[in-house]
Amino acid sequence: MTRPDITPRKGFLAENPSVSWFLGCLGLFTLGVTVLSQGFGPALLSTSMVKILGMTLCLCLIAVAMDVVWGYCGILSLGHFAFFGIGGYAIGMWLMYARTEGIVVESLANAPIPPTQAETRDAIATQIFGVVGSNELPALWAFAHSLPLQLVMVALVPGLLALVFGWLAFRSRVTGVYLSILTQAMTLALSLYLFQNDTGLRGNNGLSGLQNIPGLLHLPQSTIALWFFWASALALGLGYLLFAWLVSGKFGSVIRAIRDNEARVRFLGYHVESYKLLVFTLTAIVSGLAGALYYPQAGIINPAEIAPIASIYLAVWVAIGGRGRLYGAVIGAAVVSLASSWFTGGGAPDVNLGFYTINWTDWWLVLLGLGFVAVTLFFPRGISGLFDMLVRKP
Amino acid sequence: MRFTALFARALLILVTFIGLSLARAEMATAQDSLQPILQGHAADLAKPSRQTIGPVIAELLATDHPGIADFLRKWEAREVYQRPTDGLFFYAEETTDALRLIDIDSGETVAEVGSRDVDQIRPNAGVRREVAAALVPYELNAPDPARRLAALTAIARSSDASQIAPLAQSIETEPDADLRTRKERMLALLTAQFGETKAARLDAISALSGDISIEARSVLNQLAARRDGVAQTLPEDINIARVLELGTDITEAAAYDRLVAENLAPPPQTAKDLRDVLAQHIVGGTVGGVPLHLLNTTEVRARAYEALEAAGTVPPRAAPDEVANAVAAHVFYQEYLQPDPDITQAAEAALDTTRIALGLYQTADLVLDGLSLASIFFLAAIGLAITFGVMGVINMAHGEFIMMGAYTGYVVQLFIPDYTLSLLIALPLAFAVTFGAGVAMERLVIRHLYTRPLETLLATFGISIALQQLAKNIFGTQARPLTAPDWLGGAITLNDIVGISTIRVAIFVLALIFLALLLYILKRTRLGLEVRAVTQNPGMAASMGINPDRINMLTFGLGSGIAGIAGVAIGLYAQVTSEMGANYIVQSFMTVVVGGVGNVWGTLAGASLIGFLQKGIEWFNPSNTLAAQTYMVLFVILFIQFRPKGIVALKGRAAGD
Amino acid sequence: MTTLLEVSGVSVTFDGFRAINNLSIQIGEPELRAVIGPNGAGKTTFMDIVTGKTRPDEGRVIWGEKSVSLLGMSESAIARAGIGRKFQKPTVFEEQTVRENLAMALRNKRGPFDVLFHKRSRKGAARIAELAEEIGLRDHLPRRAGALSHGQKQWLEIGMLLAQDPRLLLVDEPAAGMTPAEREHTTDILKRAAKTHAVMVIEHDMEFIRRLGCKVTVLHEGAVLAEGSLDHVTQNKEVIDVYLGR
Repeated sequence: MTRPDITPRKGFLAENPSVSWFLGCLGLFTLGVTVLSQGFGPALLSTSMVKILGMTLCLCLIAVAMDVVWGYCGILSLGHFAFFGIGGYAIGMWLMYARTEGIVVESLANAPIPPTQAETRDAIATQIFGVVGSNELPALWAFAHSLPLQLVMVALVPGLLALVFGWLAFRSRVTGVYLSILTQAMTLALSLYLFQNDTGLRGNNGLSGLQNIPGLLHLPQSTIALWFFWASALALGLGYLLFAWLVSGKFGSVIRAIRDNEARVRFLGYHVESYKLLVFTLTAIVSGLAGALYYPQAGIINPAEIAPIASIYLAVWVAIGGRGRLYGAVIGAAVVSLASSWFTGGGAPDVNLGFYTINWTDWWLVLLGLGFVAVTLFFPRGISGLFDMLVRKP
Repeated sequence: MRFTALFARALLILVTFIGLSLARAEMATAQDSLQPILQGHAADLAKPSRQTIGPVIAELLATDHPGIADFLRKWEAREVYQRPTDGLFFYAEETTDALRLIDIDSGETVAEVGSRDVDQIRPNAGVRREVAAALVPYELNAPDPARRLAALTAIARSSDASQIAPLAQSIETEPDADLRTRKERMLALLTAQFGETKAARLDAISALSGDISIEARSVLNQLAARRDGVAQTLPEDINIARVLELGTDITEAAAYDRLVAENLAPPPQTAKDLRDVLAQHIVGGTVGGVPLHLLNTTEVRARAYEALEAAGTVPPRAAPDEVANAVAAHVFYQEYLQPDPDITQAAEAALDTTRIALGLYQTADLVLDGLSLASIFFLAAIGLAITFGVMGVINMAHGEFIMMGAYTGYVVQLFIPDYTLSLLIALPLAFAVTFGAGVAMERLVIRHLYTRPLETLLATFGISIALQQLAKNIFGTQARPLTAPDWLGGAITLNDIVGISTIRVAIFVLALIFLALLLYILKRTRLGLEVRAVTQNPGMAASMGINPDRINMLTFGLGSGIAGIAGVAIGLYAQVTSEMGANYIVQSFMTVVVGGVGNVWGTLAGASLIGFLQKGIEWFNPSNTLAAQTYMVLFVILFIQFRPKGIVALKGRAAGD
Repeated sequence: MTTLLEVSGVSVTFDGFRAINNLSIQIGEPELRAVIGPNGAGKTTFMDIVTGKTRPDEGRVIWGEKSVSLLGMSESAIARAGIGRKFQKPTVFEEQTVRENLAMALRNKRGPFDVLFHKRSRKGAARIAELAEEIGLRDHLPRRAGALSHGQKQWLEIGMLLAQDPRLLLVDEPAAGMTPAEREHTTDILKRAAKTHAVMVIEHDMEFIRRLGCKVTVLHEGAVLAEGSLDHVTQNKEVIDVYLGR
């Protein structure tokens, strides 16, 4: 991708006008949020709202990745949220370590004798792991002191996990529903593993205080929220560009062919497994990056985030938005996750039926579930499919 | 044969019992009041001394008055009081500020007095021993078997050498065979610990080998108990269990800790100690001439300490090799508390045998546990497997059907308080409810998605979250009870190790019934024939006049109905919550995937594999069920590598591509 | 003519049913060969074995000058080695355009990264146009393949086979659902291909085979019953009994 003669082919954007449209909309949206939050202050667009929007952009990014792996390549992965979570954990480790280090160094500064490195490390470990009854830094945290190394982990760990898992699964030709169940099993195993106290990631306490960015503690949260919003928008833009480029052209043609009839693709001489593996791994890495941007905005990550249901929700977003087109995934993720927080956050007014009052905090999931069934039955192309109908009618 | 023996034994017991009661009745009429008897020995009882009390107790016991043992026990426990005014003995209860005197014969409250108005009788330790020793044989030969049993239990609780002789004597006259074996075992236990001759003890110990009862094991463990020891040279006069090899059996650090604990070596200086000592010797911003800000490495701190040491301010530190030298100069060993090596050897040998027996029984128990878990998984998964096999549809709402069944059971219990009856109604009702729900779901949703299996998976997931939330809205978030009838409440135990709760046996039976029922339906009925036809080749089946729509509907209903029944079964031993289905769904998927699709035996194999494996892994690491589940899932992922189509896979063209 | 593919002593069993029974067939390069036989004779299973879809219980499948065994190879590796296949039921990628279908089949590097960084070339476009012309789908290049008629799909599948430019073409019932004129055209294409390639055609239509005018192999119950010119095999007593005489 870095070689200049092949980065987006000449005419790539011209051939795919939806990409330009999308990037334009994203740019306008970013600008709008920036202006509203900075120009008019928190009264109009609160810091927490900026955070929610930034987090939503991250969810849109993983939804795009999910769309590539499912909508284009036909692998209904119920495990991509696990990669998202791993990315979050990887960055969370640095955030937590570096911040705790700051606190520890400050508190030890008053000691008559300056601390040794080992003493500092022990104090940090006690601070972080006291909650699970340990005072040693697990081997897993060997790189936690370094932001660059941990950033490498953000991409490397989901990538490697996806590579190994995908290689095992695709090699033995596990497809369709079986593969979905298998990816779900992977997610379950990971979340169960993380739930244990002795696995070095604080069990069900998870990692917390991630919104405090070491080195930027002097800045107000409103500024940091905006920065993360920008970063999320940039990541979504770049990710969208990357995947749009990936699914256009011959590669996209091959993976769609794999989705529709992988046996036939084999007889054309394509090594189907490598293609699937590449798509699976690449989307896993992007998911990890999305998670690494999401969780500093969320402030906390715990194993419940990785529970199998999260990955299913991801599939639901993509299905509601419309599979097989990237902007559909973005629409689905944005609409459903924002609606979800609106309904469950008490934003939606109760509906009084006379004999019963519908409280949306209780009934939102019922609505979502049934709505999702309706979308699957009546609008298999999702919201973006409706789009088409409107546009093409005249 | 066995029956005759049993009958004879029962007859014997009956006869003995009648005889004894008659004898007792006679005595009771002769002397029905205890107080006069006691008054006959008033002086000795009020001021007992070890020299004189023996014959008194013997005489008292010889009267065989029914209350005498009770009296002696209370007397020994200092619960008997004498009223100085008339010399009568009383039991007493302490109230907040007074004593309530209780008549010894009638058991009624006589008066409330201050604690100074009566004399508490306080036998000394020697006397109390005498009483206890005299009571043991008396109670062991008591006519009432319950009392004899109580006496045995008392011995087990605190045993000593004095009990051996009376116990041995009482065995000969013991009429009850069961009690007799118990007594014999207790005798062996006592002899093993306190036997007079070594030979007797050795015999008793070897008789205990393989006995898995907790008492026997604790006796043997006591006999083979060890204590850690350390000395400069290995002592000759003690019973050494083994000498610890440095590096393999004990680490150098642990060895040194032991030296420190035995005051054979000074405690090592920790990093914290060093820092504290240095902090005490800060002089003008330096320690031993080293500026404070440089003291942030161990090396510099050591240098500072050396400087202090050279100046004589602090005591010299242990040299680095001092620990090694100190450890090397000592020998670490374990010794037996029991001085006689023959005894300990015999105990170890007996323990080895016991451990093997224990292992066998534990395996048996594990197998039972695994079987029970497997039958639960089977019940939970078989419905899923049927629908998956016939229709190629994964029903994500299957777990919610399980939940629905459990809630049906709960609601039935609200209306019908009799648990047995409500269970009998709940089972078919749960089937009916979930059958209906399944058919409705098939007609409304799944039918329209047949060509899109992945979307079916997601659509049923939508139904699943809606149903789960609906249950939450109706029944609330807290767990609801589904109570099992009493006859399902207990447990069936074989011995101290092997046991299983009745409810799990019932679930196992239920699973067997369903296995049989399904096999019958699939292999022997028209419906089963058609289901199998649709499973193997839907197109061909349709062209032969089988209506696949109808078959699909019925299959889906059947699968869902079984989920409902599984829900009732699971609800009986687990709690009924809106999330209970979700807890079983992933295991059910794995059962289906591992077992192979479209085959009852496959599901059975999958459930067995998953159930046994989960129990097996839990056995290796009992403290951590989360880890067990993690490994379980990893195993399934690996298993699929080698058998992508499950244990029982359809072969050839029927399997499709 | 050198031997390109040698199948010898191959047997395969499905659940006790012997689909292929000690089958031995050779084909040279260039050569045109027709394979006929009643339903269940094992024609399609034979192709499955050669293309790696089905693994035989015993026997050898030897390929090319270097005599490599095809048995351990994956379907895609066999395809890359130079064996192309047209399925009985046309299986084109219906969601994609005719051009995309042909472009995917076009002989190029098949690795994922090669494809990812693949640049459309003038040469490739010209070849696609040429093929489209040949299969009569010139005007349909931008259309979705799913929108084509059954016959057109057959043609597209043949076009994809040609685009692969394999050394051995395995063609399963190419003429099914075609008009007489189209059949003639198909025969021409196959005959032309057979001048430089090895071509193996499974057909039921005797007229079609007669027009091919090539050596014929008759399969029955998973084994070769007769081999030779069409006239030769049609006079064979056994062949008449099991196949033609029905």
